[in-house]
Amino acid sequence: MSALSVTANRLADGAVVWLTAAGGWSVSARDAAVYPDADQVKAGLEQAQAAEASQLVVASYAVDMVEEPQGPWPVKIRERIRAAGPTVRLDLGQQAAQAS
Amino acid sequence: MTHVGPVGHAAIYRYDDFDRRFVQERVNQFRDQADRRLAGELTEDEFKPLRLMNGLYLQLHAYMLRVAIPYGVLSSPQLRALAEIGRKYDKGYGHFTTRQNLQFNWIKLEEAADALQALADVDMHAIQTSGNCVRNVTTDQFAGVAADEAEDPRVYAEILRQWSSLHPEFSYLPRKFKIAITGSPNDRAAIKLHDVGLRVLRDPAGSGKLGAEVWVGGGQGRAPFVAKLGRAFVPEEDLLAYLEAILRVYNAYGRRDNMQKARIKILVHELGITEFLRRVDEEFERLKGPRYRLDEAVVADIRRHFAPVPYDADGGATPVLSGDEATAFARWRAANVVDTRAPGYVAVTLSLKPAGGIPGDMTSDQMDAVADLADKHSFSEIRVTHAQNLVLPYVRAAELADVWRALDKLKLAEPNIGLTGDIIACPGLDYCSLANARSIPLAQAISEKFADPARQADIGELHVKISGCINACGHHHVGHIGILGVDKKGAETYQITLGGRADLDAAIGEIAGPAVDAEQVPAVIEKIIEIYLRERSPGERFVDAVARLGVKHFKESLRAAD
Repeated sequence: MSALSVTANRLADGAVVWLTAAGGWSVSARDAAVYPDADQVKAGLEQAQAAEASQLVVASYAVDMVEEPQGPWPVKIRERIRAAGPTVRLDLGQQAAQAS
Repeated sequence: MTHVGPVGHAAIYRYDDFDRRFVQERVNQFRDQADRRLAGELTEDEFKPLRLMNGLYLQLHAYMLRVAIPYGVLSSPQLRALAEIGRKYDKGYGHFTTRQNLQFNWIKLEEAADALQALADVDMHAIQTSGNCVRNVTTDQFAGVAADEAEDPRVYAEILRQWSSLHPEFSYLPRKFKIAITGSPNDRAAIKLHDVGLRVLRDPAGSGKLGAEVWVGGGQGRAPFVAKLGRAFVPEEDLLAYLEAILRVYNAYGRRDNMQKARIKILVHELGITEFLRRVDEEFERLKGPRYRLDEAVVADIRRHFAPVPYDADGGATPVLSGDEATAFARWRAANVVDTRAPGYVAVTLSLKPAGGIPGDMTSDQMDAVADLADKHSFSEIRVTHAQNLVLPYVRAAELADVWRALDKLKLAEPNIGLTGDIIACPGLDYCSLANARSIPLAQAISEKFADPARQADIGELHVKISGCINACGHHHVGHIGILGVDKKGAETYQITLGGRADLDAAIGEIAGPAVDAEQVPAVIEKIIEIYLRERSPGERFVDAVARLGVKHFKESLRAAD
């Protein structure tokens, strides 16, 4: 079983965000807090629920992650595209910010 | 408000004060709703249906705004407004869809009301581009100019737009409802793949009356169906009553317990067309009469808005070019230009499918430039096609070389309309939260493989259509070659179908073999095309060869080639 992180979209602009260990939200999946299993990610999901209730984010859920040298990264292609940006527009999304 | 509105001679229905007041009120209401959501006075559960009613979705990367382009007709100021919204509130581009609409992919909730205001300023909105209501009515991109057209469908498309806009009884249908209308015997609007499809015609019984042939229960998605004939002729005066009857029966008996079975096609299938039509007829008999009669004077008034543009007596002849330009221009003329019924005038299709490009995407700068071209060469009017291209409908043939050179500079003159590179593709997993697999990279790989215009011309008419999930926004079921992305244990794989078609001989494609990986798709397409080229009769189109030889034959030939 893989590790898990919590992701959502920011309410105000819809940007993809990741729950960090400090309890904040980062636009980079590399900053995501990683929970070892489905039981422990519940704490993160509760924080996300609180962030939804205070209008910071919407549509939060847990995502399978792998640890890479640069930091955690999603396992599934859908989440990798959310984390990086469209694969057909490398000038858009986080991938563009990281490239510049 | 700053009202610009359609100008020039564009044959577009013009908003009256009531329309403008109404759209403005909706913008004001949405601004208030968004503010309340951002302030925490509305929960997401409360707000979501409100934003969807204004075309605002939450997709993979951000909010997506789907703008309604009624029956795919735009004026140049409207296209410029879309360009400006793209620049100011998005990332400098938009995506034209198979519903003849435009989607912006990177809208911020805090700016969405400003984007809607910018739309309202040019008589546009995003109402009913989502939700279980009657969606944007689509039509033939050559409506009103097509040489083969019996009657102009835009008049009825506009009547349907007015009838279906905020219709109180049909705002909460079991599921969404899509209507397409054509006035031509050569269907370019895919009417048999819609919940209701209409073909405007004169009474076949010879009364001379105008009306429509009505098809019902077509659609794609998880369970594709070709529509069945509802009535061979409904006179104009009864058209709304008959549609009202269809929608009432659907509203009453359509399934609300299972979203996968909620479209009218399932109701028609489960009841059987005979029983379905019996119920429609019963309702129709109740509705027929003065209250629902479409008044001739109303039709005449709307028809006046679609009066022919002020053509010259003759638009002249296509110039003959020489030297390096001659072949490229001739190829483009053959693929992207059709004669219209106005002498010397042609309709020019702008390909949004450059080899290796993203089907349907257009930058704000391109939109501005096309608006300028429309002002100069096409009475300020632009059409959106359901194949994700644009059309300048009223171009003087004598000006074609100038138009071609201008489009070529804009990278909008790929000579591939209706050919292998003119691929329909949904946004797929690169943007869409429903998708299982990517669509756009496949379209790019295929269009690059078949980039040679001479090769495309040799292959001839071939419609490749790609969807990233079973919802079929990329119309894969009716592609001559259809490609469906599926998630197989976390990997993107693609199911290829053959023999689908969206014209009046509409058919759903059949599976051509086992699903393959993305990298294999262009090679499989190439093999399929090689089989066709080898075995076609003189002049025989791909889709006709598939019908004659059978999908099984292609399947076996593909297996033998492996």
